[in-house]
Amino acid sequence: MTHKTFFSLWKGSAILLVFSLMVAACTSPTPAPTPTPNPFLTVMTHDSFAATETVIAAFEREHQVKVQFLKAGDVGSALNKAILAKGNPLADVFYGVDNTFLSRALAEDLFEPYASPLLKEIPIIYQLDTQNRMLPVDYGDVCLNYERNYFAEKGIQPPKNLADLIKPEYKGLLVVQNPALSSPGLAFLLTTIGVYGTEGYLDYWKKLVENDVKVVNDWETAYYSEFSVHGGTRPIVVSYSSSPPAEVIFAEAPVDQPPTGVVTEDRSCFRQIEFVGILKGTKNRTMAEKWVDFMLSKTFQEDMPLQMFVFPVNPNAQLPDEFTRFVVIPSETAQVDPQAIEQNREAWIQAWSEAVLR
Amino acid sequence: MKSILRNTKWGSALAWALPVLFLALFYFYPLGSIVLFAVQRFIGAGAGSLQTLNLAYFWRVFSFTVYQAALSTLLTVLLGLPAAYLFARYEFRGKMLLRSLSTIPFVLPTLVVAAAFNALFGPRGWANLAAINLLGFREAPFTLTNSLTAILIAHVFYNLTIVLRLVGDVWSRLDPRLTQAARCLGATTWQAFWKVTLPLLLPAIFSASLLVFIFDFTSFGVILILGGPRYATLEVEIYYQMTALFNFPTAVLLSLIQLGCTLGLTIIYNRLSEKLTRPLPLAGQKRVLTRLSKPSHKIFAFLVISFLIAFQVLPLLALVGRSVVYAGWERGERGLTTPTLSFAAYQEIFINRRASLFYIPPIRAIAISVTYGLMTILLGLGIGLAAAWFLSRQQESVVLERLRRWLEPLILLPLGTSSVTLGLGFLLAFGKPPLDLRSSPLLIPLAHTLVAFPFIVRSLLPALRSIRPRYHQAAAVLGATPWQIARRVDLPIIGRAVLVAGVFAFGISMGEFGATALLTRPEYPTLPIAIYRFLGQPGELNYGQAMALSVLLMTITAAGMILIERFRSGEVGEF
Repeated sequence: MTHKTFFSLWKGSAILLVFSLMVAACTSPTPAPTPTPNPFLTVMTHDSFAATETVIAAFEREHQVKVQFLKAGDVGSALNKAILAKGNPLADVFYGVDNTFLSRALAEDLFEPYASPLLKEIPIIYQLDTQNRMLPVDYGDVCLNYERNYFAEKGIQPPKNLADLIKPEYKGLLVVQNPALSSPGLAFLLTTIGVYGTEGYLDYWKKLVENDVKVVNDWETAYYSEFSVHGGTRPIVVSYSSSPPAEVIFAEAPVDQPPTGVVTEDRSCFRQIEFVGILKGTKNRTMAEKWVDFMLSKTFQEDMPLQMFVFPVNPNAQLPDEFTRFVVIPSETAQVDPQAIEQNREAWIQAWSEAVLR
Repeated sequence: MKSILRNTKWGSALAWALPVLFLALFYFYPLGSIVLFAVQRFIGAGAGSLQTLNLAYFWRVFSFTVYQAALSTLLTVLLGLPAAYLFARYEFRGKMLLRSLSTIPFVLPTLVVAAAFNALFGPRGWANLAAINLLGFREAPFTLTNSLTAILIAHVFYNLTIVLRLVGDVWSRLDPRLTQAARCLGATTWQAFWKVTLPLLLPAIFSASLLVFIFDFTSFGVILILGGPRYATLEVEIYYQMTALFNFPTAVLLSLIQLGCTLGLTIIYNRLSEKLTRPLPLAGQKRVLTRLSKPSHKIFAFLVISFLIAFQVLPLLALVGRSVVYAGWERGERGLTTPTLSFAAYQEIFINRRASLFYIPPIRAIAISVTYGLMTILLGLGIGLAAAWFLSRQQESVVLERLRRWLEPLILLPLGTSSVTLGLGFLLAFGKPPLDLRSSPLLIPLAHTLVAFPFIVRSLLPALRSIRPRYHQAAAVLGATPWQIARRVDLPIIGRAVLVAGVFAFGISMGEFGATALLTRPEYPTLPIAIYRFLGQPGELNYGQAMALSVLLMTITAAGMILIERFRSGEVGEF
């Protein structure tokens, strides 16, 4: 037996160690040059949160604060995180609770009321919490998207509303998401409840099943694997009204028209409103208020559309060119009361599963 | 002699304490925190919170979970054994590359695997495009998503390497003279396999099966994305209860049931394996490996290699293809498409076009992923070696022997634990003093080590157990201290198993997503996190960038593994 083996192993580990230290040294952030460290403000949010670097930097400069972001998966996971840390919050502000989770977030008693002066600029229809524990920031409409070319080539009209989807000419064309596990999926289920009522929605879904609707669990699979614009064969998908401008901006080669269109008539969309709130127990209340004001201000509101593909609730904010050109804002959306959603979510989803998945 | 014994005792106690401390702090403490939290919620909310769990429904979910896991495991083992044999017994060109390539699936995040399968078998995947354009099919002949077949294929795709590595490692060190002796005594090839090889391999096969089963039993992403909404496992149900309904009591109860099953299974396994394991006659690699000379061997090798390429490598190649080829659907052609080659996505990942605060430069994500991977190797091997060394030998002291029996089933528990439950437990436990790690970048390598830990120990154990006690006795008689014995006798024998363990640790860390997504800070994104960020947005270029990053993840993981395997060159034939 020789020692060669042993040495080669040792050598290997030594190389690994040195290399890992080197990499660690390269990646560790350079220390800030400021002698007095700024106070921190921590914002807890979901994965989809995005903002322009300079916009956040401007806020940090103005208020002499360093903003940290804590992201934790989807809204549900992020909200879980907040619930677990109740009383001793991990952050000062939470952004991203939508109207389907609103009642639950309020029932968990996670937020402190804050009547921001900017609320007066924001239409009252978005202010769902009368005590201002959760303040509206943006909204997005979950609507049916369709492939333009498919309908142009086949010479049939794209669907106009939910009722069209159960007609024979649209058989086998639609892909939707599972409302139990997907946020747009839940929004679409709520659309059908808003339009057909709690008595009628299951019948509607049964007709959708007869018309060969395909259900997948997540938006990514529906949009990128089943939707015909990307990897699939089905030309109608549940997505957002802001998906077409994203298709233009993120086109592989420049295009002047999005390949997709959106169905917006006859309450066929569900509006998801996203809220921000100050977490109960924050030791940073003053700065948290400033951050909330900032999120409602024109600067941030105008930054949101191209970063998160959502719409500002502040009407003073100008929409970017891509949005004004390629987006239709539905005049009327399906309405379901947040309280009713909280009370019936589980029962509705269960009934849906029985009707659709069996 | 007496002093050696005492030394061994202390060494054993230390070897026991290290993994136990690690598990106590980073597994039981967070798990206990979340269980306690759920109990408090249950008391607060009253018994009503458990009513959401309909017993008939639970039973259906549970039996499906067991059913698909058992079926997947059986398939994985049956398909993995011939490949393990080929790698263990034959020398051929491209062997190391093929071995490394077939390990890649194991470390890929589920969404990437789903994308790879979609690129190959999707409605407009390469297979269907070929069938339509070349074979004249009118409709796409393959549909994979939303089926049990998809689940089974994905599970085999993921876990084949476990069988390949764990069983292959032991097989490669079986002394071929044993079978030769059996053949001389008149046994047929099959009889020799059945009566000699298989019994010696059984511990490794059981070990691999157990890991594969637990993996499939707690499967989440594969079921969710490829299985579709009709199939739910316990893990999917836990996720739903937790993140959609905020029903902590039910979610935690289900997690505990899942955990109980893992524990029960592990205990049964341990009973079984103690009966089966015997010290193996060892052989050096060179003595075992033969060239492919006979025609029958060549045919066998051809079949196995074709299977591996078709099954493990082709989906990966399809993904690479998908990242550079745009079929130009939006330009209206249907059926026959005109694919265009474009590296736009690869260029785009280096540009922060929207000046986003959360833009991730690929180099940075790579550096962070690799750093976490290396930290996981160091942490995991350190703790794993101690644990495996302690577990591998019967302890002379009664107390230590009892502790040994206790420790063994605990090792596998992290693997059988719902990741969303454990992730939230981490947040609960380490989000406040005394152990406030929430801003520590160490939290993620620790979580990765926890996930990799069972694999590391399982890779090391069969090798350590195969060491004949005689060697130790001989070394001790010649005056070696226990430390010297470990260094000069044990380590050379287990060198290869250490490398296998290192490969697993690195790979698991590179691909881990569930825990990382919950615990990560936006400043320290890993490659899988970056991939998911692009996948969540509409637009061809976003999808392209996700694919490009997936290809990067694959390449870097493969490179890392080949590098690790290179270390082994010194060991071949030494023993």
